[in-house]
Amino acid sequence: MMQRTGRYLGLMPIGVLLIVFLGLPIIAILRFSLQDAKGGFTLTNFRTAMTGVYLDGILLSINLSLLSALISVVVGLLFAFGVARSRIKLLKNLVSTAAGVFANTGGVPLAFMFIASLGTYGMLTVWLRQVGIDVYGGDWTLYSFSGLLIVYLYFQVPLMILVSLPMIEGIKVEWREASQTLGSSSGYFLRRVIVPVLAPQVLATYLLLFTNSFAAYATAAALTSGSIALVPVQIASLIASNVQVDGANIAMALGVCMVAIVAIAMSIYISLERKVAKWRS
Amino acid sequence: MKSIFKRALAVVFALALVATIPVATSQAATKSAAKATSAADVGGLAELIKMAKKEGELNTIALPDYWANYGNVIKRFSEKYGIKVNSYDPEASSAEELVAVRTLKGQDRMPDVLDVGLQFAVQGAQEGLLAPYKVSTWNDIPNAAKDPKGLWYSDYGGYIAIGYDANVVKTPPKSFADLLNPIYKNQVALNGNPTSSNSAFLSVLATSVAAGKGVRGANNIQFGLEYWKQLKANGNFVPVAATPATVEAGQTPILLDWDYLHAKYKGQSGRVDWKVVVPSDAVLGGFYAQAIVKNSPHPAAARLWQEFLYSDEGQNLWLEGGARPIRLDAMVKSNKHNKTAFANLPAVPKSAKPIFPSLQQQLLARATLTPAWPNL
Repeated sequence: MMQRTGRYLGLMPIGVLLIVFLGLPIIAILRFSLQDAKGGFTLTNFRTAMTGVYLDGILLSINLSLLSALISVVVGLLFAFGVARSRIKLLKNLVSTAAGVFANTGGVPLAFMFIASLGTYGMLTVWLRQVGIDVYGGDWTLYSFSGLLIVYLYFQVPLMILVSLPMIEGIKVEWREASQTLGSSSGYFLRRVIVPVLAPQVLATYLLLFTNSFAAYATAAALTSGSIALVPVQIASLIASNVQVDGANIAMALGVCMVAIVAIAMSIYISLERKVAKWRS
Repeated sequence: MKSIFKRALAVVFALALVATIPVATSQAATKSAAKATSAADVGGLAELIKMAKKEGELNTIALPDYWANYGNVIKRFSEKYGIKVNSYDPEASSAEELVAVRTLKGQDRMPDVLDVGLQFAVQGAQEGLLAPYKVSTWNDIPNAAKDPKGLWYSDYGGYIAIGYDANVVKTPPKSFADLLNPIYKNQVALNGNPTSSNSAFLSVLATSVAAGKGVRGANNIQFGLEYWKQLKANGNFVPVAATPATVEAGQTPILLDWDYLHAKYKGQSGRVDWKVVVPSDAVLGGFYAQAIVKNSPHPAAARLWQEFLYSDEGQNLWLEGGARPIRLDAMVKSNKHNKTAFANLPAVPKSAKPIFPSLQQQLLARATLTPAWPNL
């Protein structure tokens, strides 16, 4: 009895934190999203959020996030396999430390780093031009969808490496030995053991990466000035608008849509995590 | 457990009571200031100064130091009257100023005075957030630039201008049409997102005036959107939100902004040779507006702040920041203006007729631009 109350008491701080910083804001957003500028009940905000340029924004945000997560999973997993299988301990430490730093680089500084390196007069751009490669020779710019994708990969791939290193190291040597003893080939082991064990984890990480990029805001805002429709940027411009006087409620409706999308992704993530836990125990 | 809780509650109540006592007395003293619609209502400027000094503080919001010389305006006001200016959230937007007034109602941190875009002044007045007040120099402010009751009044303004780094841009642009020239590939930027930033929005509207060859461009921003579509197709438009840092890095060597905000793009390094030109094909002007917040914590200081801003001294401080104060014409007539600062203002093309977009024009343009901008 005593022990149980103690356990709940220990959850108090995080509980309070969740209520104050997650629960209450969500309730507030939901409430305002159903109000017009004068405070009366309306569904127009959602109608606006689901049409025209705002629908474009939601779709493009999902698109960018799906794509950047997919590329990051593939590239990051290859990286992580290479590092995990190498015998050099220093390399492993170096890569995971670096990945930790890069995965947490974001916001306006990240945008500026890319402007300074891959912008029209960026260092890298100028060097490449000197060896005869003009990245701005054609239609491409850093400020386009594909440019933004590259910038997102900068923090997404390291996050994938960071998450998948322990995942790969979780494949126990004993499993391999056991299956070899029972006469399986490497291919069989890969097919019947590694893939089934890793698949739910990789899928879960994919969803994590999706959410990570879906909510990214400052970098995109600094790079594109709203010239590419992305939900977080649209929400910000509606709220802080010097131009539109009645946009805050539409912003809230867009926020609710984002919460819903992330909630779906996260609930799949959690159910996958449960499956994974079975293998870890 | 319970008794401890009760005792704690009692202490909190006692403290709260003590805290309200000085507030209650000071409110009694400044009650007349909160209702005053002119300095005469409190017995003249000297009396207003006395009351403001007693309050000792003034809350401002959204006043960056670099913006129209506000750093010095605040410093000078503070020194002159011994009033501490709490400059909250200097980078806030007009919309955020109104939000602050609504949400901080009754709190010590509530803004006393506002400096907002025209439509937000009108909105604040409609919502009943503002207190009417007419400064001593009220008659110098043109009728079109103020609320007849004194709920808001234009303060300073300028024209949308092209700025460029002469070290990078060898052929100086003279007009918005010039910017379409392929020699400016990857060089032209705005200072923000026109669906939210007021200056970026009016920059687009200015190009619309140029592309539409006059007022019809202000009536229909579609001309401007076509212009930016072309600028983007040419590869001239760099959609980075320009800052002094992006200018310094050479990424946004040409950008559009209010003429009085261009000074900051010079930066600190000395490597940027920033030039400002009011384009020959569109002179689009705009004024911000001042207002006093209703039932704010320092009503006398708020009114004294307005008296200071609209005095010759306050107006000249704005002029020194490159902004055109609303009383400029009157001051030029009476020869009270700062001559050097006046001479430093970017020249407006002689033949040009400045266009000041009305609220209706702006609302219409905004409604057209918001859905179209992300799909340029």
